[in-house]
Amino acid sequence: MPIECVKLTKKYHGATSKSLDNVNVSIPTKGIFSLIGRNGAGKTTLTRILGTQLMPSSGHASINGLDVVDDAKELREIIAVIPQDGKPVPWVTPAQMIMTYLMWRGYGIRDARSRALSVIKDVGIYKEKDKHIENLSGGTRRKVLVGCVLASEAEIVFMDEPTTGLDLISRTSFWETLGRLKKDRFFLLTTHYLEEAESLADGIGILDNGKLLVSGSMDQIRRRIRYKYMVTLGKDAKVPDVKGKTVRTSNSTKIMTSEKEAKKIASEMIRRHAEFSMSPISLNEIFYSFVKEDIDLENGESHEEK
Amino acid sequence: MRRNKLSQIWASVLLTAIYWMRNYPISIVASFLSPLAIVLIISFVSKGALVGVAVEGALITTFVLNGIMEMTDISHLKNDFKIQDMVVASPTSAFSYIFGMSLSSLATSIPSIIFILILWSVFVHTTIVSALTVFAVVALLMVLSISIGFFLATRTSDISQSYQFTSILGLLFTTISPIYYPISLIPMPYRYLAYLSPITYGAEIIQSATGYLSISSMNLAVDWLVLIVLTAITLFFAIKDLRWREA
Repeated sequence: MPIECVKLTKKYHGATSKSLDNVNVSIPTKGIFSLIGRNGAGKTTLTRILGTQLMPSSGHASINGLDVVDDAKELREIIAVIPQDGKPVPWVTPAQMIMTYLMWRGYGIRDARSRALSVIKDVGIYKEKDKHIENLSGGTRRKVLVGCVLASEAEIVFMDEPTTGLDLISRTSFWETLGRLKKDRFFLLTTHYLEEAESLADGIGILDNGKLLVSGSMDQIRRRIRYKYMVTLGKDAKVPDVKGKTVRTSNSTKIMTSEKEAKKIASEMIRRHAEFSMSPISLNEIFYSFVKEDIDLENGESHEEK
Repeated sequence: MRRNKLSQIWASVLLTAIYWMRNYPISIVASFLSPLAIVLIISFVSKGALVGVAVEGALITTFVLNGIMEMTDISHLKNDFKIQDMVVASPTSAFSYIFGMSLSSLATSIPSIIFILILWSVFVHTTIVSALTVFAVVALLMVLSISIGFFLATRTSDISQSYQFTSILGLLFTTISPIYYPISLIPMPYRYLAYLSPITYGAEIIQSATGYLSISSMNLAVDWLVLIVLTAITLFFAIKDLRWREA
């Protein structure tokens, strides 16, 4: 059964606007679902409501048929959460931190210890298992929290920006770990790294100003947008007369257009012996397209649409 | 899966007391240095006459300070590390978490309590009745201070605030209240100021039970009543305002 949100709304006390505004979505609880959005878009609020840490103002949300408000006790048996800015306690070792978390979940001390030592190998921090967390790097600390939830029996795991602040190698390793484990569990995570979400998530949701603008697989989302292809030309290339959205940056010109028009541009570029590249539109462009955020203008770049 | 309730409670004790003391043994020494220092000062100044009261004061200080300081642990886990969020979204109940954190406060005090009890056996004359009285008062003071700690922890948004509250309350409770000496040594009208602190009532009962203070039965009854009522009220508000799941 999926995660279901019906008219889910959250307005914090004293806030002038809603952090979540009538969100309706159905997310299959299989694989990895990634929520993307600008800062303040409502990602953390949605994750915290689904993680039973925050009450919604109105509307309903359920996971596998269990309501996040009325059935929170039952729901907490099957979920686990890594909060935004969550950190393991610095005065203990990774093994002690994971063991403590498992005991909070109700594991006996022996079972917790053996599970902790086992997961420490899985997340690649075995060498650091007996070091105080205060002496570990940010990436390793993050892995300790990931180890906590992965060592548990939770089928549904919410992670709020788990890779923020990690270097590229740690991020890649983190996603590889999730990729391995997604067969047995469902991960809902929020991220600012769109390229990672695109290549590794099975489903994506774009939130902006508390509204869910779109949700589904990359293919489903691509079908929803007007321009499905991106052609990148050299900075000084003469732009052919085609239908689409043209964005000029300091070192290239990008044209978002239909497949047919993209092929037309490609033919023209080949005829001119000019450099170009063509690809299906990426999540970056889709994201910009949906949130209507004119990043180019913000960067002092221009764009035009025909 | 069958959940082990004792494990859920013990987890908090492990994290904030056992591992803390095991990984940083110096914290054990630090925990009883402060009350011990005052015991020495009072003993020297009174030429040994008040050493028994001072030891009683050290016991009260240990329970009260560790109870209030639990606020910093809760605040750390809630605001700095966000570990409380992970616990909220787990099968642990608010009660198990709070009970575990309270026991953690007691566990942190154990080395200090053992040391003070050794001094107690040497310097304080105790009967079974007075021992039971002291136990009851200390238990009430601990519940009171932990409740105050929880109550304030739910209202702090960062650890700096918690440290400030802990310092102020710790100082007020252990200086305004006559816990290291009898209240009769405080000149009037300053004596009334002492009654603003709930710890004063507990100290009076203990000092009376061990023969260091002579007060009327009526006063003793009032002390018990005030201590029990204040503890009940503080506990009620601590539980009522506990923000387990944010609104």
